[in-house]
Amino acid sequence: MSTGINWAKYSSPQALYPLAGRLIPWFSVVAVALMGVGLYMGFFVAPTDFQQGESYRIIFVHVPAAWMSMFLYVVMAIWAGIGLGLNARPSFMMAQAIAPTGAMFTFLALLTGAMWGKPTWGAWWVWDARLTSELILLFQYAGVMLLRTSIDDVRRADRSSAVFALVGVVNVPIIYFSVQWWNTLHQGASVSMSTGSKMAATMLIAMLLMTLAFWMYSIAIILSRVRCIMAERESLPAWEEKPVTIQKIAEAR
Amino acid sequence: MQWGSASEFFAMGGYGIYVWTSYVVTALCLVWEVLALWRRRVAARAEHRAMLLGGTNETAT
Repeated sequence: MSTGINWAKYSSPQALYPLAGRLIPWFSVVAVALMGVGLYMGFFVAPTDFQQGESYRIIFVHVPAAWMSMFLYVVMAIWAGIGLGLNARPSFMMAQAIAPTGAMFTFLALLTGAMWGKPTWGAWWVWDARLTSELILLFQYAGVMLLRTSIDDVRRADRSSAVFALVGVVNVPIIYFSVQWWNTLHQGASVSMSTGSKMAATMLIAMLLMTLAFWMYSIAIILSRVRCIMAERESLPAWEEKPVTIQKIAEAR
Repeated sequence: MQWGSASEFFAMGGYGIYVWTSYVVTALCLVWEVLALWRRRVAARAEHRAMLLGGTNETAT
């Protein structure tokens, strides 16, 4: 999310707040459109899997959610790191804004995984390396959020949860490579950088569209949450109010 | 397209309960997150307006 933004110009909440406000509608529209096309492809264009029948269609929500859970954790840790390094409040706010959405996608990855595991493995849950490390990721998100709420001083809360987030980033490669490093019940990567895709083209396109949709959704939701956080922490900026409202307030006096 | 009828589509080859639970819960989570943020924003604005009003009253007295 940071790429393409001139941070010398946009590193203050005052600049970031209206910028985020302008970007949110665009990302929301693109997210909804991509979700529509992705679901259509996933349910009406992609063929039935010859091994798993129709149960495989959970992939179009499971894999994008799982990717987002890991990706968002890394982005959160990067913002936390920038915050610690530069002692920059907006960076901590970005990290704070990412955590709940990341936790939600982690929960969804686990839940849809259970929904897929039951018909294919005969079990909702197994203590397999992939599943266990993903569950730990959920606890890490919970830890980052709980640590923040348990510390009253905002600056200390920022720094403590940032350190926690940074240390926990080691789990992300463990999740990603768990299917290679250990014998797991969880199937290996369906898409890999070295061997390409093992899926039918329409399946792959549907999955990538849903992933892109979740990205756009996450950007929109995180920008809107960071605006809330700025408003709560710094008191809502006056430029947020339309001149008419300010006049009304003045009249109410 | 591989669906002969709507009921066939909803049955998902016998995996309907698993497939639809996944999608419905995901949809509920996304919608809930959007609504929760909207409410949070409304609350933040209300608090800010109250603060503005309170502030002007303070200076008036």
